[in-house]
Parts: sequence; C-alpha cells; structure tokens
Amino acid sequence: MSRQSRRRSEKQQIDWHLPSTSSTGSAYHMGTELFILTYGTLVAQLCEDCEKDEDINKVLDKMGHNIGTRLVEDFLARSNITQCRNSYETAEVIAKVAFKMYLGVTPRVTFWNQAGDDCSLFLEKNPLRGYVEIPEKHSNLLYSNMICGILRGALKMVRLQVDIQLLHDSVNDDKVTEIRMKLMRRHKAVRTVEKEQKHPVGT
Amino acid sequence: MGESVLFEFLHREMVTRVQSQAGDTEHGKCVSTLEGMGFRAGQGLIERFTKEAPAFKDELDVMKFICKEFWTNLFRKQIDNLRTNHQGTYVLQDHRFRLLTPVSNGKQYLEEAPKFLAFTCGLVRGALSNLGIDSTVTAEVSVMPACKFHIVMQKP
Repeated sequence: MSRQSRRRSEKQQIDWHLPSTSSTGSAYHMGTELFILTYGTLVAQLCEDCEKDEDINKVLDKMGHNIGTRLVEDFLARSNITQCRNSYETAEVIAKVAFKMYLGVTPRVTFWNQAGDDCSLFLEKNPLRGYVEIPEKHSNLLYSNMICGILRGALKMVRLQVDIQLLHDSVNDDKVTEIRMKLMRRHKAVRTVEKEQKHPVGT
Repeated sequence: MGESVLFEFLHREMVTRVQSQAGDTEHGKCVSTLEGMGFRAGQGLIERFTKEAPAFKDELDVMKFICKEFWTNLFRKQIDNLRTNHQGTYVLQDHRFRLLTPVSNGKQYLEEAPKFLAFTCGLVRGALSNLGIDSTVTAEVSVMPACKFHIVMQKP
C-alpha cells in the first residue's frame, strides 16, 4: 500500500523526559491522544443515547465525578503535594501540576473575586477539542464538562466542596475554554476515633 | 505518564455507562457498542502514529508494529507473544493486559471480561482498517489478566 507521508516542519516539544519508544512519536503525546480520541467517541455515543444536550452534560459530569474520586489518589501518589494552605495554592496546584500531569497543558488562573475563593481557569488550547467539530444542533453541549466533574470529584475526596462550571467551551471561532471554580467550604473532619481514645469507657 | 492512567479510568467509566445503557439482557449490544467506539478511536490513532513513518512492507510488518509500538504507546508494554499461521490469522498474547488488571487476578469475574476487551478489539480493528486491512478482531480470556486477541484478515 502506498501512503503519502506528511512531513511536519515544526518539532514536537517534549516536556516530560520520557524515553521515546516509537520512532513516530513520543510516548507522552500518544498517551494523551488515546484519551482525547476515546473521549471523542464517548461524547459521540452519548449524543446518540441522549436527546438533550443538558442530559449529555449531566452524564459527562457524573462520569467525571466518578473518575475524579479515584484520580485524586493517583495524583497525590505521583505529585507528593502537601496540603495547600489557601485557595490560591489549591488553584495553582490544579493548574500547574494536575492539568500538566494529565492533559499536558497549564491553564491560566485569573479573575479572582474579592473574597479570594472564586476563580477562572483559562485553557487557551483545550486539548480535548483538538480534533473535534461540534455540529449546530448540539449548541448547548458542554464538550469538556467531564473535566469539571473530575475536578469536583477529586476535590471532594480532599474535603473541599466546590462549585465548578464550564462557562465557555471553544465554540465557533472562540478557541478558549473557561472553567469557573468556586471553593465553597471545607468539610469538617470527623474525629470520633480520637474522642474514644481520650475518654475510654469505664474511667 | 499520567495520561495513560486517565485513559484507564475513562475506559472503566465507559464500560459501566455502556453496560447500564444496554441493560442486563443485552450483553451483545454492550460489547458491540464499545467495539464500535474503539473502532473510531483506532482509526484516528493510527493516523497520528504513522504520520511520519514509511510505508509498511507487508502484513507481518504491520502486525509487528501493532504488537510493539502501537501496544507500547497505548498500554506501556509490548504484546508478549505473536503467533501466526501465515495465512491471515494472528494471535496476540498479552500476559498482563492493563485494562484487565483492575478487574481480577484469576478466574473471578471471567464473565465480565469481554466488556473490558471490546474497546481494545475495536481499536485494533480500526487501526488496521485505516492501514487498508479489513479484519475481524476477537478476544479470548481464560485466566485474567492474561488474554489473547485473534485477528483474522479478510480477503477482499
């Protein structure tokens, strides 16, 4: 079979120093490609299953939530991050470490509100949207909504309740994805075990 | 290598979702839906993989690529064993298939295994399809997490 080889003039930037296992691409890039393409087929399947865009968005969020609750353990194991002292640090860790680790991009964290618990994550080039065109009839689809679910689920496991919304998702000519994140409150740690040890029954 | 982990988590959620949509009685529908999704993903993947590579010499060359580079980039390891009858049938053996390791380490949940293999069968079929090869890909499991993928080339 004959194939046209398309030569790329620009070099692929490799950020992670992983050994190149293939002559055609770095292991890093292909790992993301698999996820991106699989995510695309998933959304396509959901478009067939669900009638309304709102339902698709809900399913993506729920699946993301389930993924996030488990992903956070993987993240903590890999990154050795210690507890964040405030919302700024939390947002920075999410943007600079987590996003970088799993999607290879670093969103900009901006638009902090006065209280310092509400911010926006801007993704100039959303990797999930790389090979995707959304038809007109799905104008209400929040394509990257799973990211919001993942963040919500992951932060829940570290006892942070958040309100996360995908505000803007690279529709039409706009290439930017914006995620609004509001850190609501910390869940209280339950300390029943320690109480029992301090006041043993009988004394 | 966080991305591979992300895919593994996504795959598991997808299987759960497709199964819940298909219902208890529709085992076949669940498998074929996942296989179809894998097919589309495989077509896209192989294009990116082989953008700058020279053409493959023959069918065996293609299969070796699937076993080595393709598998490594998807599952961080190579296929452990490739067998063929040189007449269009190939058997790829993976002793520790990464998508099965979380499911079980033996014969437990054997009946659930096909769902977790369907997407990958589709991936391989899609990849081969965009390389100009028509095939059928099935998977066989007897003891997890080892499994075998049977690829039969279809004659035009």
